Amino acid sequence: MAWFKRSPWILHYNATSCNGCDTEVIVSLTPLYDLERFGIINTGNPKHADILAVTGSVNEKSVQVLKNLYDQMPNPKVIVAVGLCAISGCVFQDCYNVMGGVDKVLPVDVYVPGCAARPEAIIDGVIMACEILEKKYREQKKRRG
Amino acid sequence: MARKTIIPFGPQHPVLPEPIHFDLVMEDETVVDAVPSISYVHRGLERLIEKRDFVDFVHVADRICGLCSFMHSMGYCQAVEEIMGIEVPERALYLRTIWAELSRVHSHIFWLGVAADAFGFESLFMQSMRLREAVLDVFEATTGARVILGVCKVGGVRRDIDTDTLHGIVDRLPTLKANLEEISAVFINDYSIQHRLIGVGYISKEDAYTLGCVGPMARASGLAMDMRFLGYAAYKYLDVEPIVESTGDCYARCLVRIREIFHSIDLIHQAAEKIPEGPFDLKVKGAPNGEFFSRIEQPRGEVIHYVKGNGSRFLQRFRVRVPTFSNIPAMIKALKGSGIADVPNIILTLDPCISCTER
Amino acid sequence: MSEPQEIVLLGKNELVGVVAQLYAEGYRLVQIGCNTLRAAYELNYSFDKDYLFKNLRITVTPGEEVPSISAIYQNSFLYENEIHDLFGIAVTNISVDYHGTLYRTSIKTPFSVDNVRLPEPPKQKAEAPAQKEDRPRQQEAETEGPEGQKE
Repeated sequence: MAWFKRSPWILHYNATSCNGCDTEVIVSLTPLYDLERFGIINTGNPKHADILAVTGSVNEKSVQVLKNLYDQMPNPKVIVAVGLCAISGCVFQDCYNVMGGVDKVLPVDVYVPGCAARPEAIIDGVIMACEILEKKYREQKKRRG
Repeated sequence: MARKTIIPFGPQHPVLPEPIHFDLVMEDETVVDAVPSISYVHRGLERLIEKRDFVDFVHVADRICGLCSFMHSMGYCQAVEEIMGIEVPERALYLRTIWAELSRVHSHIFWLGVAADAFGFESLFMQSMRLREAVLDVFEATTGARVILGVCKVGGVRRDIDTDTLHGIVDRLPTLKANLEEISAVFINDYSIQHRLIGVGYISKEDAYTLGCVGPMARASGLAMDMRFLGYAAYKYLDVEPIVESTGDCYARCLVRIREIFHSIDLIHQAAEKIPEGPFDLKVKGAPNGEFFSRIEQPRGEVIHYVKGNGSRFLQRFRVRVPTFSNIPAMIKALKGSGIADVPNIILTLDPCISCTER
Repeated sequence: MSEPQEIVLLGKNELVGVVAQLYAEGYRLVQIGCNTLRAAYELNYSFDKDYLFKNLRITVTPGEEVPSISAIYQNSFLYENEIHDLFGIAVTNISVDYHGTLYRTSIKTPFSVDNVRLPEPPKQKAEAPAQKEDRPRQQEAETEGPEGQKE
């Protein structure tokens, strides 16, 4: 795992989720599934975070909050859309207040399917996000010379 | 003269699992008023009845909230069955009760973990989550899913739990109970937790009744109010007792929830002993024509599912009134006069489920 | 399982009086809900005492004002603000009035009579063959059959 040099921190934001995927994200960070063994911690501060894990679909009120969080995170950053609601809206696609998935607002790098997404899938998604993060670090380093 | 300032709390806060916003009006360090601002999670799912017929809508009802998922679908199915005059088979009633009580156990353990994390007691948070996995394993073995079970349907349940699996579940309960006793002993007897919770966020019995408190918030203030006494599902055959404390502060609410976990484990034992053989679902013909308010005791309190049909396969109206919505006025009352450092604790002991509140 | 659920129909002007009486008798407010009918709204005020469920129902037309009961039951302000935001019904004298900012939705008053599409009830028994024809149509989102316009 030579590419896994850094331990990114996750910022988890719940847009209009039903909490199912949120519970599974929290569970991924606790003893049985333990993302923390990789050094990945759940942080509350956007300026400390590398990965933004978003659950739930997007409605008008969460657009502003998501953009706010995204702007506060330092580069390079990765967005993970956890659960079907964040990908496309799940059963709530036709609702009047749901705009759709997170990619309507932010550029998503990793999509984790499931309703609710299983912890194993979430871990897979976060590891994939770490790989993408490493790639972005290298590109950023090249650009800065 | 004390200065008044307004401090925004939320929508993204380490202690809040969900987005809710409060504008706290402060005089120095004391909260004088709190104005809640919701609609971050509003999806507008009540209008989905126009697009999905009443049989398919159970899947939407399941996804109103991930923590109280099974009870939402159960309440919806009960309302529809009552309107259509369907007699659900006894075995299905018992199965629903077992899943409902397991839901209550896992929701309260989750709350315990998040509360411990909010107090900075991270190891207790980790241990509670590890324990909760035992319950989620049972869900996965019996229904195939951990969180959104999708197992309740109009006319009964989709799957059976055979006798061997049921005995397996019952055999695992003593270990779960022993581990829970250890964790709750730490929670109840720890000096720092007591220091942070005793006397904080007091709601009197009269206030709790007139402000419409439901669930553990009401029972912690001395009101013996538990919708399971209505006898829905298989509760009419089981010994349910309301868990009541009289002190009305945050510590009492914690105690009520911890004791409810043990009572639920006892109810699962009782249900597993008394469950009869027989079919677990019924074929449903026709469509609901009428209205009914279905009342259920969720982990957070009394939930009302109102269903109105006019004979077509699409419902005319579906409304959910969730316990958190009913508890918000009482919580505002509890916040007034508290210090700002206590605000996260008080909000947590309400156990808010915002995705339920806003549908 | 069925518990007796009493539904009492009232006129709008009798509402506050009956609610005050229920408060004096010790009932607690359970919920305030609203149904959208074809050209009117039905408001349900649900109360409970010792597990006895009682429901008061008033019918209002769009544009009519409804008196608030928040002077009697303080916790009704959330329900009344919600009804105002989602249904567009004007509730007067609410104790804590959000003036339309409680629910910010992408379409205004999503549950008002203009926005909600009510399902057509099935045809009567006399036209039984037409009913069988209608059923496959009802599987789609559009629920109006060819005879639906007669109403």
